[in-house]
Amino acid sequence: LNMFGANSYLDELVKQNVTKKFKRTPTYCEVCFWKCAAWTYTDEEGNIQKIIGNENDSHCYGRLCPRGTGGVGMYNDEDRLKTPLIRTTINGEETFREASWEEALDLIASKFSNIKEKYGPEAIALLKHGSPGKHLEHLFKAFGSDTIAEPAYAQCRGAREAGFALTYGSWVGSPEPTDIRDTKCLVLIGSHIGENMHNSQVQEMSDAIDNGATIITVDPRFSTAASKSKHWLAIKPATDIALMLAWMNVIIEEGLYDKEYVEKYTTGFNQLKDHVSTFTPEWAYGITTIKPEEIRKTARAMASASPSVIIHPGRHVSWYGDDTQRARSIAILNALLGSWGRRGGFYFKESIKVPKYPSPKYPHPKWDWKNIGEKYPVAQMGITSEVIKCSIPSKDNKYPIKAWMVAGTNITKSIPEKEMLEKAMDELEFMVVMDTMPMDVTGYADVVLPECTYLERYDDIRSATNREPSIAVRVPAVKPKYDSKPGWWVAKQIGERLGLGDYFNYDDYEEVIEWQLQQMGTSLDEMNKIGVKNFSRTSGPLYLNENEAYHFPTASGKIELYSQELKNLGFDPLPNYIKHPEPPQGFYRLNYGRAPMHTFSRTANNPNLNDLKSENNLWVNPKVARILGLKTGQEVWLKNQDEITSNFPIKVRVTERVRWDSVYMVHGFGHTNKKLSRAFGKGINDTQLISKVAIDPIMGGTGMRGNFVSILTENPHKNIEL
Amino acid sequence: MRYAMVIDTLKCVGCSDCVVACQTENNVPIGYCRDWITETVNGAYPSIELELKSERCNHCDNAPCVRCCPTGASHQLDNGIVLVTADECIGCGACIESCPYDARYQHPDGYVDKCTFCHHRLEKGQLPACVSVCPTKCMYFGDLDDPNSEVSQLLKNRKHKTLAPEAGTKPQVYYLI
Amino acid sequence: MQEELFTSGRNIPNIDPSLQIWHWPISVYLFLGGLAAGLLFFAALITVLKKDKEYPAAVKFASIVSPIALTLGLLALFYDLTHKLYFWRLYTTIRIESPMSWGAWVLLIITPISFLWVFSYYTELFPKWKLKFNFLNTFEKFLQENRMNMAIALIPLSIVLGIYTGILLSAFNARPLWNNAILGPLFLTSGLSTGAATIILLAKNTKERHLFSKIDLALIVIELGLIIHMLMGMYAGSEVQLEAMQLLVGGEFTLMFFGFVIILGLIVPAILELTELIGYKVPVAVPAILILIGGLVFRFVMVEAGQITRYLY
Ligand SMILES: Nc1nc2c(c(=O)[nH]1)N[C@H]1C(S)=C(S)[C@@H](COP(=O)(O)OP(=O)(O)OC[C@H]3O[C@@H](n4cnc5c(=O)[nH]c(N)nc54)[C@H](O)[C@@H]3O)O[C@H]1N2
Ligand SMILES: Nc1nc2c(c(=O)[nH]1)N[C@H]1C(S)=C(S)[C@@H](COP(=O)(O)OP(=O)(O)OC[C@H]3O[C@@H](n4cnc5c(=O)[nH]c(N)nc54)[C@H](O)[C@@H]3O)O[C@H]1N2
Ligand code: SF4
Ligand code: SF4
Ligand code: SF4
Ligand code: SF4
Ligand code: SF4
Ligand SMILES: [Mo]
Repeated sequence: LNMFGANSYLDELVKQNVTKKFKRTPTYCEVCFWKCAAWTYTDEEGNIQKIIGNENDSHCYGRLCPRGTGGVGMYNDEDRLKTPLIRTTINGEETFREASWEEALDLIASKFSNIKEKYGPEAIALLKHGSPGKHLEHLFKAFGSDTIAEPAYAQCRGAREAGFALTYGSWVGSPEPTDIRDTKCLVLIGSHIGENMHNSQVQEMSDAIDNGATIITVDPRFSTAASKSKHWLAIKPATDIALMLAWMNVIIEEGLYDKEYVEKYTTGFNQLKDHVSTFTPEWAYGITTIKPEEIRKTARAMASASPSVIIHPGRHVSWYGDDTQRARSIAILNALLGSWGRRGGFYFKESIKVPKYPSPKYPHPKWDWKNIGEKYPVAQMGITSEVIKCSIPSKDNKYPIKAWMVAGTNITKSIPEKEMLEKAMDELEFMVVMDTMPMDVTGYADVVLPECTYLERYDDIRSATNREPSIAVRVPAVKPKYDSKPGWWVAKQIGERLGLGDYFNYDDYEEVIEWQLQQMGTSLDEMNKIGVKNFSRTSGPLYLNENEAYHFPTASGKIELYSQELKNLGFDPLPNYIKHPEPPQGFYRLNYGRAPMHTFSRTANNPNLNDLKSENNLWVNPKVARILGLKTGQEVWLKNQDEITSNFPIKVRVTERVRWDSVYMVHGFGHTNKKLSRAFGKGINDTQLISKVAIDPIMGGTGMRGNFVSILTENPHKNIEL
Repeated sequence: MRYAMVIDTLKCVGCSDCVVACQTENNVPIGYCRDWITETVNGAYPSIELELKSERCNHCDNAPCVRCCPTGASHQLDNGIVLVTADECIGCGACIESCPYDARYQHPDGYVDKCTFCHHRLEKGQLPACVSVCPTKCMYFGDLDDPNSEVSQLLKNRKHKTLAPEAGTKPQVYYLI
Repeated sequence: MQEELFTSGRNIPNIDPSLQIWHWPISVYLFLGGLAAGLLFFAALITVLKKDKEYPAAVKFASIVSPIALTLGLLALFYDLTHKLYFWRLYTTIRIESPMSWGAWVLLIITPISFLWVFSYYTELFPKWKLKFNFLNTFEKFLQENRMNMAIALIPLSIVLGIYTGILLSAFNARPLWNNAILGPLFLTSGLSTGAATIILLAKNTKERHLFSKIDLALIVIELGLIIHMLMGMYAGSEVQLEAMQLLVGGEFTLMFFGFVIILGLIVPAILELTELIGYKVPVAVPAILILIGGLVFRFVMVEAGQITRYLY
């Protein structure tokens, strides 16, 4: 049957195509952390042909983003890690030799045992991100170490989780429970949805555009989202808190706030009112360069949409070191407009708990990530940068770390302050990296383990947190290529060698999933057919029930506009604008962000995605280009305020989309490992130039947007003798 | 029956999902493409306009590529779709030169290739691959001869344009603006 | 500031730079086709006018060049095809709207005739090499008797071939540089001019040389007129055509176009030919060779520059 009417024509080629038999296997995507459920299509010869979103997945609405569609390249990339590697010295030069799994795993187990003996299991840290992390977390906890951290906290969303937890008592979480689909007004503070391809948000923003929602984007750069916005506020970088204080001022002074909601659900309104009374739009104008009438107009637009308004919490928020306070401003604005728990604002999310596969209790470590981050009492997860600091021996280091296992995170790209990171890695007694690709980080390891890609393995059941709970399974579509192995297998093998076999009471992870699915009233058989199972809500309605009392999980049971907790800890109970350094003469602020077709550094070598964009460009305002005589396409090098010069050149893009006081590039390029045949030496690695961080005193986040670069038109490496 | 594509530039974010999806659906070799994204920026900071567009063969009503093809390899179906039959194509390149949109390319196997409106999927009642993946759902596909189809309605109710209409090819990919 | 760029897709090695898919063989093909058209036209015309005894170079010596030129031209075209195995597909259909198609058909007819033409002069051209087989001698006789018929057929065919070399390009609406009605007559004139030049080069007597010098002079004047007409047309045309013209008059092809085509390829040889006609001594090979080179460069410039011109991007 043909939904478009009869079509008589069928040529031979097409016939072949139509009759080709594909097998489909359920999976969920691992090209970023959103975890969209999908089908992997393999042909009769066992080649992966395509990956298509699972139409029943309420987490991705059946559509993948370009990275998910290009996930086939993760599997096909011929530069993948192929066998375990062990560091050796040949002719005085450090290099890697291929090793068997047996040898590599034995070595890891013996090193881990030694370190445990000498310093305790806590001295081995796990730095992880994504699915493989889950299996290793289990291994580490069984072993007695909870020294675990990931860059997705202190380098990413930590500050907003802290800010929202302080205000609402619960963090935002992933995915953000923003009701974008039904919103009347979406406010994006730097969040660059559309370049940031977090899938369902992009889709819902598109729905919002269709519904005629007002979009307000605050961004010094003309982002894609800005181009879709009714109001683009071209803010001076690092001044967002001033803008938000002025918005609060207008909303309160003009009486535009949701009085009933504020009365019923919040505390500290009067303190807030006093606090913002002097932060007029005129005051903010001098700081943000945004005209007072623009500030008033946008505040009124938000208020008139209230409560169907979202001031988006953002996601990568480690910008200037006062990020928790900026997140607090966002949280407070949402509260004033009554959007938390309201249709078109923030819904109450829900997920379903996947039962834990039976295994013995974990031992109690003597210290863990919490102790390491004790300076930052509000932190709710391990702070990677603090774990790194503890790996550098010093007298007053109470938590000496001696070994790392790194899995699914390319810390050499995601962690700033390269000098410190390299020093730490240098001091370690042992370092294992489990990755799928010969990324830069693998070059620092003593043992490199090749994990197979997500298309070739089982992983944990994905339980998504959305309007309705859902689960998805990941089933291997093909056998692991080369001599790569699934993460669960690696965890089990190391565990057994460490005498932790009881914790890995299965031969194949399939058994674990099957058991869990049975507990949840389904089976692997069924899941192989449907891929995704949706459940109904059990926690109550999606939005606040206005007729019932609602108890927020804060100390006061209310939304804390004024934070007594912060006050007690010695921080500002209400957000304040503080001035941040500005680029000196001849320097430009280094701004960075996402390209829709790439995920950080992980996709730069993916053949399909590299084809779309093979390097990053340096966005330069035409005014700056004129002064420096730069042309689009010209190669330049960058040097930052600490005299750090980029390894590689980057091609200039002269564009009005960027301010004259900053330059912009997409994060994740400039790879230094030659084994990445497509990505090596292409573009600049922004992280290399982020040698100065502004640490958030509240939760330990590493603010990375305070680095300044100058532009070199001559190759600075030319004269260096090698 | 007159197939046409309508793309809403107000929603497209230039993510290129349509480009990868076409590659994996149609076995377009790495290094080649049947569709592509353009970005047009106008104005001066801070009053700027940005247009992102997904482009491909326009399946022109007045298709010069079909007219100039010496073998008939390039041909147009009754439903308006312009196709190339690989084993009739001699690779003379005349059609490439004739297309004002540069929508065709030489496949490494020698013949000329381009967007087919995923005609093999239409046969099965599916939408073109690019349309079916687009995360912003900014692409629409359907029959312009049917006044009630989504595409007809969109063109009736919204401001739109086609690319290089002055080339006289009567393109059938429309952009809502 | 306006900025237009490819976000993805087109800016990959195999697409945008290599959309210029026509390479030197196409220019050579167009040049040789035009040359053969010119030669065959003059040979046929002189024969029809029954002046063949007076102008032996035109009907006899120079026409050896045409089958060679046509064969090389076809080889060049074939060389530039990328799906060669399917070459025969050209001859399973006639596509009236496709210049490439009727060009292929005209070539299919005219090339054998050009061979037959030369064969009809075999004994005169190669008196020393006797034909070994009797039937070949009979065949030559037969051809000699039918020379007039061949000539009558060749006149329209050669004109079609000459125009075709221009129309092949001008039919491409998509390339603003090519898309004008003058290219057909212009290429025909240029083809005739290169034909005349070849005859001048091979002519042994002054009478024939002078006749073809006069013809050539007239052709050069016409050609210059057509070129000016073409440029004026583009000047008055749309923005894309204006940009296309810029390539020739103020862009990367200006030196080639004005230096080699207009000055060295048309004006200088015209002056030289005129000087010779007036009676001064000029080595006749010089203007003839200049015209041939000019003709070839002209094809190169038009093929290369034309492919750069576009509607979009
Ligand atoms: N395609 C793709 N999508 C992704 C990812 C990816 O790698 N690739 N990663 C995902 C992850 S883990 C995260 S955390 C998110 C991050 O995505 P977002 O949370 O959207 O990221 P940010 O880095 O906060 O936002 C970058 C934007 O902030 C602007 N900006 C810079 N300085 C300032 C300032 O001082 N004030 C304001 N208001 N704006 C400023 C920049 O110009 C840029 O447009 O993206 C997710 N989505
Ligand atoms: N300068 C700068 N630094 C940043 C950011 C920034 O924008 N700029 N963004 C920050 C943010 S928001 C985040 S969330 C972090 C993200 O930081 P990371 O999590 O480090 O992100 P990636 O660079 O994608 O590194 C992922 C690594 O996992 C590997 N990998 C991919 N799939 C698999 C798999 O299946 N198994 C295994 N074992 N490995 C796999 C990849 O090859 C790659 O080496 O970075 C932060 N750091
Ligand atoms: S958002 Fe894209 S990359 Fe991330 S999981 Fe979903 S499809 Fe994969
Ligand atoms: S997939 Fe959709 S949103 Fe993305 S570039 Fe293509 S048309 Fe635009
Ligand atoms: S866009 Fe180009 S290839 Fe497609 S039908 Fe029109 S002229 Fe032909
Ligand atoms: S390249 Fe193929 S399809 Fe194109 S005109 Fe030549 S024969 Fe026709
Ligand atoms: S319609 Fe099909 S062939 Fe054409 S661009 Fe879209 S996916 Fe490619
Ligand atoms: Mo992140």
